Amino acid sequence: MIPALTLILCFQLAGEVISRALHLPLPGPVLGMAGLLAAMAIWPRVATQVRPVAQGLLGNLSLLFVPAGVGVVGHLDLLTTEGVPLVLALVVSSVLAITVGALTFRAVARLTGGAEGGDD
Amino acid sequence: MTDFTDIWSYLSQGPLLWLTATLVAYGIGDALSRWSGRRPWVNPVLVAVAILAVLLGLTGTPYATYFAGAQFVHFLLGPATVALAVPLYANLRHVRRAALPILAALLAGSLTAMVSALAVAKALGISGQVLISLAPKSATAPVALGISDALGGSPTLTAVLVILTGIIGAVVATPLLNLLRIRDWRARGFAVGVAAHGIGTARAFQVHETAGAFAGLGMGMNAVLTALLAPVVLRFFL
Repeated sequence: MIPALTLILCFQLAGEVISRALHLPLPGPVLGMAGLLAAMAIWPRVATQVRPVAQGLLGNLSLLFVPAGVGVVGHLDLLTTEGVPLVLALVVSSVLAITVGALTFRAVARLTGGAEGGDD
Repeated sequence: MTDFTDIWSYLSQGPLLWLTATLVAYGIGDALSRWSGRRPWVNPVLVAVAILAVLLGLTGTPYATYFAGAQFVHFLLGPATVALAVPLYANLRHVRRAALPILAALLAGSLTAMVSALAVAKALGISGQVLISLAPKSATAPVALGISDALGGSPTLTAVLVILTGIIGAVVATPLLNLLRIRDWRARGFAVGVAAHGIGTARAFQVHETAGAFAGLGMGMNAVLTALLAPVVLRFFL
């Protein structure tokens, strides 16, 4: 577990350093993800090693959003005055974005003749 | 009762109390979600946030004190983002075959999310800093906070809007995609990841492994695209 966690943190750290040193708009963890993906593609053994820890983190992904979510207590006055338009904007945009995204994916997948991934 | 006051003043200074409270609140939320048969509107994050918000209100604890304890959980968002490489790697075969649909859906979904949210909010009278804070709401939390900060928004407000977006996405995704008769797990997962980041991805993993992997991919790619697009799109609304 510790070697796997160390590896993940090293990729995050490297991503953070590269992102800041080169003033990239990409956040460090996203670069770290790309780096880890490349490492696994080159050395498949890396994948076997980090898998248990990665699955543990991703299996509890929702928990990690709780501390930021509790930040709602600092915005209660704003949410009472502008909460309705904001929630309406979020609902409308979420429904539209999921619809447009999924329909675009399916349309382009059919155009390019890729097999549907619905049967596995 | 003086004993209790002593214990409280001791505990309220260290991270132990609110770190434990965060895990317990999430445990309760997760148990409720399981009892409901994983109905998406009984969202563990929503339940946990509600419990903790009430607790902070009742004890008069400032958010900064709470966060001093909860930051250990918050920190794991970074490693979890890196860990998304693992399901991506497992689905690399699918991803390579679907490169064009992925890029098209990313661009369409990401633009739709940002433009429609800003258009609705502006039409309903939202402006200025609140509008800026709304722009990156579909990106994953650590990224969205950075974008909001860089553009002059309020990072804590963005955090709340990001969480709400994730919960809304997780709640509407399954019924909406069933209504649209989309059965391709790749399309379903990817669209949810782009629109509703990590909370949508967590939901997608509950439904189907492939959907989860594609949701993770959508979330990662949209984090990048939102960082590039938000300043440009915002110029049309401010």
